[in-house]
Amino acid sequence: MSAPSAAPGRLPPVSGEWIDRSRTIDFRFEGVAYQGFAGDVPSAALWAAGVRTLGRSFKYHRPRGLLSFANHDVNALIQWGARLNLRADVEPLEPGMDLTAVNTFGGVQGDRARVLDLLGAFLPVGFYYKAFHRPRALFPFWERFFRRVTGLGRLDFRAPRLHTPKRYDFADVLVVGAGPSGMAAAVAAGRAGARVVLVDENARIGGSLGWQRGGDTASLERLRALEADLAALPNVSVRPGTLAAGWYADHWIALVDAVRMTKLRARATIVAGGAFEQPAVFRNNDLPGVMLASAAQRLVHRYAVKPMDRAVVLTANADGYRAALDLLAAGVSVGPIVDLRAEGESSGLSERVKQVGIQVLRGHCVLEARGRDGRLCEVTICPWDGQGNASTAAPQKVACDGLVMSTGWAPAAALLYQAGAKMGFDERRQQFVPAALPEGVFAAGRVNGVFTLDNKLADGERAGLEAARLLGFDAPAPRSVAPDLDAASHPWPIVDHPAGRNFVDFDEDLQVKDFLNAAAEGFDNIELLKRFSTVGMGPSQGKHSNMNAIRLLARIRGASPGEVGTTTARPFFHPVPLSHLAGRGFSPRRETPLHSRHAGLGAVWMQAGPWLRPDHYAVPGKRKSENVREEARAVRTGVGLIDVGTLGKIELYGPDAGAFLERVYTGKFANLKVGMTRYAVMLDESGVVIDDGVVARLAEQHFYFTTTTTGAAVVYRELQRWNAQWNLDIGIVNATGPFAAMNLAGPKSRAVLRAITSLDLSNEAFPYLGVRQAEVAGVPARVMRVGFVGELGYEIHVPAHQAGHLWDALMQEGAAHDIRPFGVEAQRLLRLEKGHIIIGQDTDGLTHPDEAGLEWAVKMDKPFFVGQRSVDIVRRRGLRQKLAGFRLDAASAAVAPKECHLVIRDGRIAGRVTSVAFSEVVGAHVGLAFLDPDLSAEGTPFFIRADGGTMVQARVVALPFYDPAGDRQKISG
Amino acid sequence: MKILTCPVNGPRPVSEFVYGGEVRPMPDPANTSDFDWADYVFNRSGIPGVKVEWWYHLASGTWFLAERDTVADRVLRTWLPGEEHP
Repeated sequence: MSAPSAAPGRLPPVSGEWIDRSRTIDFRFEGVAYQGFAGDVPSAALWAAGVRTLGRSFKYHRPRGLLSFANHDVNALIQWGARLNLRADVEPLEPGMDLTAVNTFGGVQGDRARVLDLLGAFLPVGFYYKAFHRPRALFPFWERFFRRVTGLGRLDFRAPRLHTPKRYDFADVLVVGAGPSGMAAAVAAGRAGARVVLVDENARIGGSLGWQRGGDTASLERLRALEADLAALPNVSVRPGTLAAGWYADHWIALVDAVRMTKLRARATIVAGGAFEQPAVFRNNDLPGVMLASAAQRLVHRYAVKPMDRAVVLTANADGYRAALDLLAAGVSVGPIVDLRAEGESSGLSERVKQVGIQVLRGHCVLEARGRDGRLCEVTICPWDGQGNASTAAPQKVACDGLVMSTGWAPAAALLYQAGAKMGFDERRQQFVPAALPEGVFAAGRVNGVFTLDNKLADGERAGLEAARLLGFDAPAPRSVAPDLDAASHPWPIVDHPAGRNFVDFDEDLQVKDFLNAAAEGFDNIELLKRFSTVGMGPSQGKHSNMNAIRLLARIRGASPGEVGTTTARPFFHPVPLSHLAGRGFSPRRETPLHSRHAGLGAVWMQAGPWLRPDHYAVPGKRKSENVREEARAVRTGVGLIDVGTLGKIELYGPDAGAFLERVYTGKFANLKVGMTRYAVMLDESGVVIDDGVVARLAEQHFYFTTTTTGAAVVYRELQRWNAQWNLDIGIVNATGPFAAMNLAGPKSRAVLRAITSLDLSNEAFPYLGVRQAEVAGVPARVMRVGFVGELGYEIHVPAHQAGHLWDALMQEGAAHDIRPFGVEAQRLLRLEKGHIIIGQDTDGLTHPDEAGLEWAVKMDKPFFVGQRSVDIVRRRGLRQKLAGFRLDAASAAVAPKECHLVIRDGRIAGRVTSVAFSEVVGAHVGLAFLDPDLSAEGTPFFIRADGGTMVQARVVALPFYDPAGDRQKISG
Repeated sequence: MKILTCPVNGPRPVSEFVYGGEVRPMPDPANTSDFDWADYVFNRSGIPGVKVEWWYHLASGTWFLAERDTVADRVLRTWLPGEEHP
């Protein structure tokens, strides 16, 4: 390993610098060792070391250096191990960093893909939309190729999962951006008593006060004074290194810092995020060494890095003159200042640069830049007309290794757009500024079109006071702020050049001609232009490119930028690591009170809505199908026990309880005798079956009923809503959680139950479909004699905390009868043998009761029930399909159909299997299927297309398959 | 995330609520044409404007009504069914 390179570009200490010179940091970039300081970012340390190619451009793989140095320099994306696409102008330098540039083939210096720069003529805008569709067979090849060449960074699938807990926070006023206006706003709102959070995405606060000094120390002193003001306010929380990544409804803002996301709820938001400096467009404006003036100033004042030795300044505003003075103070040889404006700078800065001997060329432009070894070596300066046309008769060539541009700004208004602000284009200032802000949203500073320092401070104070007053704090009325008179942005910072390579979008390598071509192809609306050319769709999301794109399109269409408009600025404002967004996979899971019993018995789980239920109980050495069959056999011949506690359970009280049930279910319940139960079907307003259950009448004014497992929450909710409209005299309680339930079923169930209850279980005292309240195993229970599985059986409901006790008692008493717990799979088979449907499996979102064979449960001779009117209409139309039972002709049972396999007749779909299983008691596969009505008559043969296209013959048979007379449920004993 | 004001529980994040659709009076089933009934059952108005909607506060099981400007996505007022429209 070679010794770290010296850093020839590091300046002597600069007041206010962010680096800590006492702590050196060794790191590597592209295999070469370098040294920086704590507080550095890789871009700064590398630039100080003389590295100029920090990355390669996306499409043409041209060398790129620093451009904006404003946290969106996405041509300098780096990877460190598993961490990819780090922004080299943001990521704090850490000891041991081993960095590589992304998007290169063989390293950033010798990138083999740089050949693409020579092939540019064959890669016009939108080429991939047109070129790679034919021949179709080659598309997979091209897709793989493009995925390989276009990805940024290499994903390491062995990267550890990072847990990034979210934090929640609250504030009266959130101020986004801690530059002069943001700090002034926070001080004003804080002094009024508001709880203020002030965030800034940079490592330190201060914004332009820190880096835009104009060769003076006054702004730094202003910064220190504001910092002191903030520090004196305990109700103001200042958070540097924190990005406001997105604004969501009601001031819900995602704050992202190095380690986590904080979801902050504010009552008001002040956006003081400043503006993005915009590049000028001329030939080779992407050469390393060409950078925004603000980038050079940040290099100097934050990191004490000399950006270049000899600089030409291209400008159209006062900021460029300040930059020239800052560079001069840093020991850079500066000149000339090329001012795009024929009239030049009107402020006193004009005189100041003259005094220090910097030449100013008014009404000139930079026609092109020339590079050598991947860095700027010369610029060509010409007079121009301010409209893009240079007079190339007498070009002036100036040797330089740096060109700084300050020709315009675009507001950092993403949060304002997200908050619903209307932005309008101000022709005088040549900037989009807020035209209408939603309530509680304020803008201050450059984003508000205010550029001079005093005005920024006044504008921030105004916004802070307005926010405080809106929230009811006692604050003085704000003074109005005098508008800036000079435009900070040039209307046309674009110089034509026949040879192109004049970049507008540095993320996506888009040149001026790409926009002309896109518009010529008809994509001349800003949203279409964006999608076709991909302008603004790169990682920096148009921060340095959208404004010039809008100006180009405006000129093409002969409109103003305001008429062209802007594209939508969606969250997030900057790239956010996916680890910050990843949650814990919070999907609530419910377990019945008997969960541990099931687990102890070897339950294999299945999901039913939010619940975990035993699918079956595994017996070592046996396959699932064997276990299920044995569980079913136990129920048919002996006794089984299943946990049905996941059923929805609802208590209904009151004088109108019966009338209420008659309105929400299809059946009649007012006449249901106390101590009896009745099957109940629920429809929605379109007459579709949505739920079923059993209604038990416990007392004259007290019903207790069940719903399906998955329907429980929704049914309860909708019942509440109906009564919110009907105002019947009822009380309704969701007892799903409070009650556990289990079904003891099989010919020996009575014998088991009898041992642990004094309740008279004789057929006479407790008939089929009866319900009794009694103590079972010493536990107060509701016992329903129902027969979902088609055997003598008791569904026992007890308070949830006593479920374990009852289960144990039943299992203990049942041991003598070889009791067997059975799971959902066996229950499905057993009920299928009885022809009982499962809502949602044997019905779908369009099934009417008659189609599902439930016509017997629909009582049309009631004044009203939900869905009644629709059933009436549907019945007059005749059946569309019919649910019928079928069995396979024994010979074809080798290939069994599955649920959802289609019934095929004459090559057309004539139905669909909803349930199917092998039934031991029938001795064949049996199932339920929706069939065309003319296929549904008993004995009709039909074909099911099973796996692999095998046609399996089946035959319609009468339901139920098992015990048609229902004697098994009523046996005495 | 939006804040919605439950008339019983006060302002809560919208994730605690279930949207119940626009309030649409049911026509008298006995005295309405098949066509009008089908219109009531199946058609919903997507026309932007101020609408009265059902909302349900899931945590407490409270149905209430909200007047919402669907253009600005702003809730103008909320109240319990049966109460006077404030």
